[in-house]
Amino acid sequence: MNALRPLDALLHAALLLVLPPLLPGVVARVKAIVAGRRGPPLLQPYRDLARLVRKGAVYGEGTSWVFRAGPVISLATALAAGLLLPLHARVAPLLFPGDVVAFAALLGLGRFFTVAAALDTGSAFEGMGASREASFGALAEPVLLLVLTLLCVAVGQAGFSEVLEPGKADAAVFTHPVLVVAAAALFVVLLSENSRIPVDDPNTHLELTMIHEVMVLDHSGPDLAFIEYGAAVKLFLFAALLTHLVLPFPAGGPAGAGVLLAGTLAVAVAVGLVESLMARLPLRRVPQLLMSAGALAALGLAVILQRGP
Amino acid sequence: MSQLGDFLLLVVVILGLQAVATSRITAAVRAVALQGAALAFLPFALGHVHGVWGMVTSCAVVLVLKGAVIPLLLRRAIEKARVVHEAAPFVSLHLSVLLGAALVGAAFWISSRLVLPGPAPNRLVVPIALATLLLGFLVIVTRRKAVTQVVGYLMLENGVFIFGQALAVHLSWAVELAILLDVLAGVFVMGIAIHQISREFDHIDVDALSELRD
Repeated sequence: MNALRPLDALLHAALLLVLPPLLPGVVARVKAIVAGRRGPPLLQPYRDLARLVRKGAVYGEGTSWVFRAGPVISLATALAAGLLLPLHARVAPLLFPGDVVAFAALLGLGRFFTVAAALDTGSAFEGMGASREASFGALAEPVLLLVLTLLCVAVGQAGFSEVLEPGKADAAVFTHPVLVVAAAALFVVLLSENSRIPVDDPNTHLELTMIHEVMVLDHSGPDLAFIEYGAAVKLFLFAALLTHLVLPFPAGGPAGAGVLLAGTLAVAVAVGLVESLMARLPLRRVPQLLMSAGALAALGLAVILQRGP
Repeated sequence: MSQLGDFLLLVVVILGLQAVATSRITAAVRAVALQGAALAFLPFALGHVHGVWGMVTSCAVVLVLKGAVIPLLLRRAIEKARVVHEAAPFVSLHLSVLLGAALVGAAFWISSRLVLPGPAPNRLVVPIALATLLLGFLVIVTRRKAVTQVVGYLMLENGVFIFGQALAVHLSWAVELAILLDVLAGVFVMGIAIHQISREFDHIDVDALSELRD
């Protein structure tokens, strides 16, 4: 594997920092258009972030350092995970064997601190949201790991740079129907991990029905900006992973950035369409959805094992 | 060619999992109908072309019977019995999905131990045939409504059909068609039986039937 050139590394950092808030904007726009409205401008999330950063933060009297650390850590882990995943090139700035597991672990750590911060407030609603987030996360993470295992087994390597680099590895795997299965399972994980319909409704305004949104009710100002930005980065990472899985990537540079942009925007449009066309599932049906995705991923893994490494 | 075969077989097993996971009986019927339709193209995808016209007629017959006639019969039975949901299966849907995934894994494991008389045309044929068989058994065992059990029976037959493809060199298509005729007759009889049961007892809950006294 060849390391990333310095220029590409800079481009990687720029893409990782600048692109994410665009995706929620696109999702909101698609939902508005399907519903027959004009919708907010595409760059609205950037403006929201800028507004929130300028404000001051309010902390409840009963909260400890955990509450303050939550937003920072959730953003930091998402950005760190972004350094492990190849974005516009076929390699990431940080690469080591097993970085696929580190990617999942970092996202899990971010979730843990968001949940801990929500519990730290002592609010009943936030505790409920935290419990739901943790239980759905516990079901979504195995599916993500299964999909990653499937990809690693398919190429016989355990690093993103090998797994997502079709040229070097067993190229036949990447045109195989199993890929469709893996992509479908990953898309369900994306919807669940990013609190989208049919698992969670990001626009709901009733605390009882919220999952992710209720956990961040007490955060304000820059803290809320960190959380929103971190959530956007997470969505962007999953979209980029899905794009890498499905689309062939050029070696890097502006062409790669173009493919990445097109792919992630397509994923955002797909998420917007799913949000517009589907109803939210009842809470007790959500585990079944995630288990079905897990069954799909397990099936794909069985097929790959049957083909032999 | 092998890609198309892989794709069809994957579609078949995913539809089988869907039939296991859904609570709506019409969705299960649709899944098994699509499964049958996908199976009609399987011999072509696996490259068994000996006697083109025989193949084409057998595919057309399979497509029409499994994809249209049998589902239509079932749908009429559902309408007459007025059942929509598999209300309370013996095993919860969550657990059936898990069991289904486990059975698929078991099918892959068993097929790695199985010795066939000849080489299979595609490495996925035997495991997916076994998986479809087992998923059919799962549906028959865990569901309460008679219609869903018929769906399980059809999945079972689909599994047998796929297994026949693994041995297609030894098995003439005439035998396949004869089996298909039997299945059609079976579904006819079951449709009538379901209709009679629901008229007699106002429900088609097979669990309650075991408590009958005369």
